[in-house]
Amino acid sequence: MKAKHQRLVLALFAVAGIAGAGVLGASALRDEAAYFRTPVEIKGGKAVIGEPMRLGGMVALGSIARQSDGLTIRFVATDGKASVPVEYTGIVPDLFGEESGMVADGRMRADGTFVADRILAKHDERYMPPQMGDMPKNMKAPKA
Amino acid sequence: MHAYANPTRFLAIARPLTPWLLGAGLLLVLAGAWAGLTQVPGDYKQGETARILYIHVPAAWLGMGGWTSLALAGLIQLVWRHPLSGIAARAIAVPGMLFTALCLATGSIWGKPTWGTWWEWDGRMTSMLVLLFLYAGFIALTNGDAGGGGGQRQGGSLSRGAAIYALVGAINIPIINRSVVWWNSLHQGPSITLRGSSIDNALLWPLGLTLLGFSLLFGAIVLMRMRRIIADNRVSARLRRLADDEGN
Repeated sequence: MKAKHQRLVLALFAVAGIAGAGVLGASALRDEAAYFRTPVEIKGGKAVIGEPMRLGGMVALGSIARQSDGLTIRFVATDGKASVPVEYTGIVPDLFGEESGMVADGRMRADGTFVADRILAKHDERYMPPQMGDMPKNMKAPKA
Repeated sequence: MHAYANPTRFLAIARPLTPWLLGAGLLLVLAGAWAGLTQVPGDYKQGETARILYIHVPAAWLGMGGWTSLALAGLIQLVWRHPLSGIAARAIAVPGMLFTALCLATGSIWGKPTWGTWWEWDGRMTSMLVLLFLYAGFIALTNGDAGGGGGQRQGGSLSRGAAIYALVGAINIPIINRSVVWWNSLHQGPSITLRGSSIDNALLWPLGLTLLGFSLLFGAIVLMRMRRIIADNRVSARLRRLADDEGN
């Protein structure tokens, strides 16, 4: 075997080793590197009452209800399999809306409601012109 | 392959190629930016902010593609001792880092109006930031071995450590790519996959122009930097010879 071939074999083994280590590391992180928990995970007992965490999901259609103080909203976050009621006091991002993704920072309360300190809107991977979205053109402007 | 190992032969191709890549790249980027800003509608939901994708996506592609080619160059250097591969890896590092930074910056600018935050530690953003630091480490490593001791390393090649570093760092590339699939993340999933694009064609076509344009620009920058490194090597080799002659 020529030195060149020896180096090639060695390098290929090293690359395979690195890739294997990466896959092992990534799969070990699979659960821990998640940015948020989904409602079905919370129902499955992943949430500790009162512990800070993030909840991500779709805002259920027709679920946003503004409370009488004018600042607090309640809505239902769902992942299609389970849903969790969320309560939040403050200003939401422009893209926050029903049937759209969101991520909330906060904690579970003992009554099963998620109390959010902060809400982020999550955008999905679809991009299309306004005429093709299910909304009329004049709703391109931000809605609160 | 060794036919191109010779820097003189490389230069004979690189010299005339550089202005063409540069010109075509600039033209395509300008055309794509113009089309992206004026010729296509905004997104149905995000409105005008979606237009940043015409810069953001090519920047991400080149940041990741840059490291992929840098790692390949490292592998070629380790196995075949190809004299140009180390030069190529050094030449790629700076523009690769620049485009990675551009990707992070445009993403952040887009994130504020879209998500409501400049920065979050989700899988995609964190792994992309790691790529930026990998580039910084590689640049520091290769500058160090070029400057220390008796001047430039022979022919601009990488030290074994730098080449191995390039290979090990490559593991981050599939992690960046899969980060939005493996883990829940704030960043959306991939829009363009082998099965097609979930970006509507009416919004997609300027991206093709900027993607190709920035790639050609990247190629031009890499060729220019490779030529500079070769010229530097020649200067230092000549100076060494002169010094030796005077010593005798």
